[in-house]
Amino acid sequence: MSYIAIRMLMGDRSKYLGIIMGLTFASLIMTQQPAIFVGLMTRSFSFISDVGLPDIWVMDPKVQFVDDVKPLQDTELYRVRGVSGVDWAMPLYKGLIKARLTNGNFQTCNVIGLDDATLIGGPPEMLEGRLEDLRRADSVIVDRDGAKEKLGLKGPDGQAIPLKVGDLLELNDHRAIVVGIAKTTRTFQSQPVVYTTYSRAKNMAPRERKLLSFILVKAKPGVDPKDLTRTIESHTGLAAYTQKGFQDLTYNYYMKNTGIPINFGISVALGFLVGAAIAGQTFYSFTLENLRQFAVLKAMGAGNGTLLMMILLQAFIVGIIGYGLGVGLTSVFGWAMRNTILSFRFPWQLLLFSGVGVMLICLMAAGISIRKVMTLEPAMVFKT
Amino acid sequence: MMAVHCRNLTKGYEAGGQKVMALRGVNLDIPVGQLMMLVGPSGCGKTTLISVIAGILDQDEGTCEVYGVDLKSLSDHDKLAFRAKNIGFVFQAYNLLPSLTAQENAAVPLIINGVKRPLALQAAANMLDRVGLGQRLTSMPSQLSGGQQQRVAIARSLVHDPKLIVCDEPTSALDHDTGHRVMELLKGVALDAGKALIIVTHDERIFEFADTIAHMDDGNILRNPSLDEAPDVPSNEPNSPLRQPPC
Repeated sequence: MSYIAIRMLMGDRSKYLGIIMGLTFASLIMTQQPAIFVGLMTRSFSFISDVGLPDIWVMDPKVQFVDDVKPLQDTELYRVRGVSGVDWAMPLYKGLIKARLTNGNFQTCNVIGLDDATLIGGPPEMLEGRLEDLRRADSVIVDRDGAKEKLGLKGPDGQAIPLKVGDLLELNDHRAIVVGIAKTTRTFQSQPVVYTTYSRAKNMAPRERKLLSFILVKAKPGVDPKDLTRTIESHTGLAAYTQKGFQDLTYNYYMKNTGIPINFGISVALGFLVGAAIAGQTFYSFTLENLRQFAVLKAMGAGNGTLLMMILLQAFIVGIIGYGLGVGLTSVFGWAMRNTILSFRFPWQLLLFSGVGVMLICLMAAGISIRKVMTLEPAMVFKT
Repeated sequence: MMAVHCRNLTKGYEAGGQKVMALRGVNLDIPVGQLMMLVGPSGCGKTTLISVIAGILDQDEGTCEVYGVDLKSLSDHDKLAFRAKNIGFVFQAYNLLPSLTAQENAAVPLIINGVKRPLALQAAANMLDRVGLGQRLTSMPSQLSGGQQQRVAIARSLVHDPKLIVCDEPTSALDHDTGHRVMELLKGVALDAGKALIIVTHDERIFEFADTIAHMDDGNILRNPSLDEAPDVPSNEPNSPLRQPPC
């Protein structure tokens, strides 16, 4: 009977394609929009993920997320270093500084100042130059995307000219020479990231009494980082988070305080509803048109259980095909956008999420059809 | 032995808050090996009667035994199994599944009975060959003429070797010659030992194929030759009740 169910389904090409299209649309929206959402949310804490070495981030207790910098006094660094269980603690500057390009344009950059001696907190991967080159006078390292896009120039023919090693920048009226290009994960604001030393960053930054953004801490071997965060907090009165804890803090801030989740949630819900409406209505209409055929099968001895399995199989088949096409299109979309500013992340959980969504639509579509077929009077086959 | 043995069958429907009686105490016998035609005006209860005989509908009162089995006494599951195994259907509108080939259509009753698809298709091919469609196995219903579609329907009704074949207006959509060929086929293929045919029809042109003709009106059998011990072959006299055309 499965074979008959499949042939019935595919025999009506227009309906079959209509159902598949509805489910493909639903699956596409239910994967593509959350993938962009997940990409955006990942970007919100990408700076934290990129700094791999420290176990703990120490900051002002009022900090709500990674870009909400509330500077500390430099003396706090020594207090943290004095806490038992701390292997090392290094300063990190993070702030927005305006860069003046050689064509006279201005661009706000995210300047990261690394400890002068150890350069801890540097970019995860150098593409050109070396991290140690930051020890040269006026040196900065720029992230690849920033160098290509916002800090790049346009040639006379309109072609983009990326910033390269050896080029000059002006950061808040301070000369800076590019000594390296680094690969970093794009941040939420997508501003160019400029790495330099802590002392140079403080010189470049506008005059403020406090300039220490974060203290990066490594726990001694055998010391649990979570326990150490509590110790640091109790000894210094500052806030201390593990890397994961700080990521969660940032993520939760964006979830609670921005309209991003609601906007994407609405998109996903609309995708679900429109997909369910198209697929459900078409599937129901397909069943209605085949009602006589189901009645014939019923008259010839096919039971309700058999017909139920046939409809579920039909729903499952269109669900799998629509889901596959939707997920495939999302993957193609992600691949096509891989080198653009668009955020896109497609973890396996999204596959599961959209799979469940599409199957729910199919079950709903099958549900209304099943009711019709179950109550079908086989004697109708004798009517013309 | 009786293929069908009905006594005092009644069946009513609710219509507009009122109960309309479609069958009013029908008595009917169809002996094994006979082709009975059921004639009568539209709305007289013919379709309801064959639906009860085929186990598609349950009567309100009375008994209806098919080969000694009272279908109403069976559970739904057993009734389905009985119908799948013992009853073949031929419909006026053919009711072939449009997305299946002729061979696949003819194989449907065997597939419902749980026969493996390759075996069912082989049996269907043999049956289609018997009804003269051995060359059109892969044709879709839309590619067949009305007569050919009805022959596929006949092959479908016979492929699982049922004991009772129920036909609803099998020739009304066909021209005279095609209708005759279909009836010859039905009578020739179906009426071997142990089988019986009941045909609901308005088509006078095929009365000559009947062993008996039962006239129905207003929910009752006016005359059933098997019960009346009337001649099995209908009279040729124009005014005979057996030859009167339905209204």
